[in-house]
Amino acid sequence: MTKMTKLMGATAVAMAMGTAAYADGHACAADGRLSIIGNEFPAIQSVAALAQSCDGVESEANLTADHQSLNVPGMTGNPAEYTTAIVANSSIVALINNDVIQPLDNLVAQYGADIPDHMKISVNGEIMAIAFMANAQHLVYRADILEAAGLEVPTSYEEVLAAAETIREQGLLENPLGGAYASGWNLAQEFNNMYIGHGGEFFEPGTANVAINNEAGIATLEMMKALSEYMNPDFLTHDSNATSAEWEAGNVALMNMWGSRTGVLMDDEGAAEEVYSNTMVSGPLMVGDSGVPATTLWWDGWTVSKNISDEDAAATFQAMAHAVSPALLNDETMSQAVWLIDGFEPQTVNEGVLATVSAGAKPYPMVPYQGLLHTALGNELSDFMQGNESAEQALADVEAAYTAAATEAGFIQ
Amino acid sequence: MRHGTFLAFVAPSLIAMIALIVFPVISVVVQSFHAQHEQVIEIVESCGPFGCSETTAVNQEATQALREAEPLGRFVGWDNYVNRGHLAFAEMAEAWSSSETWGEWWSKVMNLPFYGAIVFTLTFTFIVTPLTIALGFAIAVAVNSATRAIRGPLIFISLLPFIINPIVGSLVLFWMVDARGILGQAIQWLASDPDLSVKASTPMMWIMLMVYGVWHSAPFAFVVFYAGLQTVNQDTNEAAMIDGANRWQRVRYVTIPHIMPLVTFVALIQLMDNFRVFEPLISFSAEAHAQSLSTYILSDLTGETVLFNSAAATSMLTVVCVGILLSPVLVRTWRDFKRA
Repeated sequence: MTKMTKLMGATAVAMAMGTAAYADGHACAADGRLSIIGNEFPAIQSVAALAQSCDGVESEANLTADHQSLNVPGMTGNPAEYTTAIVANSSIVALINNDVIQPLDNLVAQYGADIPDHMKISVNGEIMAIAFMANAQHLVYRADILEAAGLEVPTSYEEVLAAAETIREQGLLENPLGGAYASGWNLAQEFNNMYIGHGGEFFEPGTANVAINNEAGIATLEMMKALSEYMNPDFLTHDSNATSAEWEAGNVALMNMWGSRTGVLMDDEGAAEEVYSNTMVSGPLMVGDSGVPATTLWWDGWTVSKNISDEDAAATFQAMAHAVSPALLNDETMSQAVWLIDGFEPQTVNEGVLATVSAGAKPYPMVPYQGLLHTALGNELSDFMQGNESAEQALADVEAAYTAAATEAGFIQ
Repeated sequence: MRHGTFLAFVAPSLIAMIALIVFPVISVVVQSFHAQHEQVIEIVESCGPFGCSETTAVNQEATQALREAEPLGRFVGWDNYVNRGHLAFAEMAEAWSSSETWGEWWSKVMNLPFYGAIVFTLTFTFIVTPLTIALGFAIAVAVNSATRAIRGPLIFISLLPFIINPIVGSLVLFWMVDARGILGQAIQWLASDPDLSVKASTPMMWIMLMVYGVWHSAPFAFVVFYAGLQTVNQDTNEAAMIDGANRWQRVRYVTIPHIMPLVTFVALIQLMDNFRVFEPLISFSAEAHAQSLSTYILSDLTGETVLFNSAAATSMLTVVCVGILLSPVLVRTWRDFKRA
């Protein structure tokens, strides 16, 4: 598995080197071990491939969708199997909670003079990760269908509901809305978006006590339920992949989707010309009158393992710093993500994420117990979405499930 | 055989069993009585590409000291077993005292995740096991009476569902029952309801999971029964035929008594297998409609914060349930053994 990934990584580098020049005097060389664990999508593959190209570094990469269940166990031993984990603002929390990554201040001082401040993720004054790309969910729409229905591009969920009703009435599409509402992580994420959009706070300030059974929580669930009336009846089984497939099949006109996935929707593979050429992105949707967009901002970044030798830590840091330097950007990689790297030129597919950042969206909370709440939401909300229980009951269930888990995990004393 | 020789022969497997089964079970038991340390939380400032904000974080130094003092975590006794995620004693008592009708009480119990999981798991086990045995037996009798020339291909085709990887098999069925799939369309046509969707309805989802369960394990029952059918005493069969027994009577009074021990064996294996139903729930994305004990344990282990202690408690409860479930069959086997 690892060998395979390594081989593919090497091929990718070779190919990229053939098309565009990486070498701009920033040759990278270090002595030591580099072992990457991370998610698998094009942007991360490019970063890992460039890191592995460093001279003198003994490198391997394990890029897999299951990275979250592998990174903590793989970094707990001493010496750790993985010298760096590529994480997002949700998953770095588990690494910090388990104390398996090291503060990077010394390494930044020694080798990271070129790293701009906006890429540094600091917690309590210590740099814990270097972010390299941003991601967010935002509106994706079909220009031809909105035009046929005589509608403007919606900017709020209330307008989305009205637009969906018009599209259905005119017989253009039976289920005009899409959304990653699959029971579990996706459904919980849609709740988070909408709850933040209603101006809700997840916890009592400074404590791990959950506080979502309130007006904002109920308004959130009611809006989600209203939206689901215009979705494919199987919506509770549709994750981001299935929702994208529905989109490419031409069944959906409006949806809230990840910026990192819009490239696939707008290319000419897997969809009819009418669908992909009319696929447009726009900024985040608002809900209610809080003025905060109903979405969250995400970053992806890399960390350095704590349980490794200083030599390996230095080599890992140098290789990864090189991999997220301007040397990464070329014609092929430019459109793969909203890079935080200097020299990034926004592409059409990135407009949604950039609009989300400038609309003042909030980042996904980097709180130690947010993951437990996310799991509880994912497990308990589907009863409400199926109409089996009231919004108050669903939120009470979430609070009870979270409280039991957080008590066991030692967050509530 | 001398005791020493016997011991020497079984020693390797005994050692392997102790190392791979007994020790892990002991470790799970120990974990199920512990919870994680109290986390020392502090308010910190966190900065990133989207600006700075106040947030909370775990104080590593303080937590590290707690961890070293008590490496196993806090001892909490039966807390993990009785909290809301498991047996939920407090919630059950509350449901009992506050409900006025049985229906109200039942919906409150089903709202608790552990009881929801156990009800699905038991329903699945008790519906799928007898159907598997019946269908497997029917196929075995049918194949056994087919002409010798086509038996080979028939056996191969009957075995296919068992050979196919469960994940692949259930995915194939999942796509077929999609609202736009061949079976999904057929169901919509039969019910003359274009909005009917198997994946959106809890009863339909349960039925589909059980249909898959029977489809997948019937070949196992078939193979065992087919082997048993080869040893049916033909003299008895012919005698019954001369006495005027029809085909059904011969199956009922000659074949079934002969293969009864095999039925016990298949029932035992199927009860254990069906009780840990897992793959179809994952492939069907059935989380919204059905949880089994296995998927419930998985959900504790796959979140961003892993709950080992909760998963350990659920595992122990599963072991206890399997023990209760198998006890009649085990008692029967033990009696047969003593008689022999």
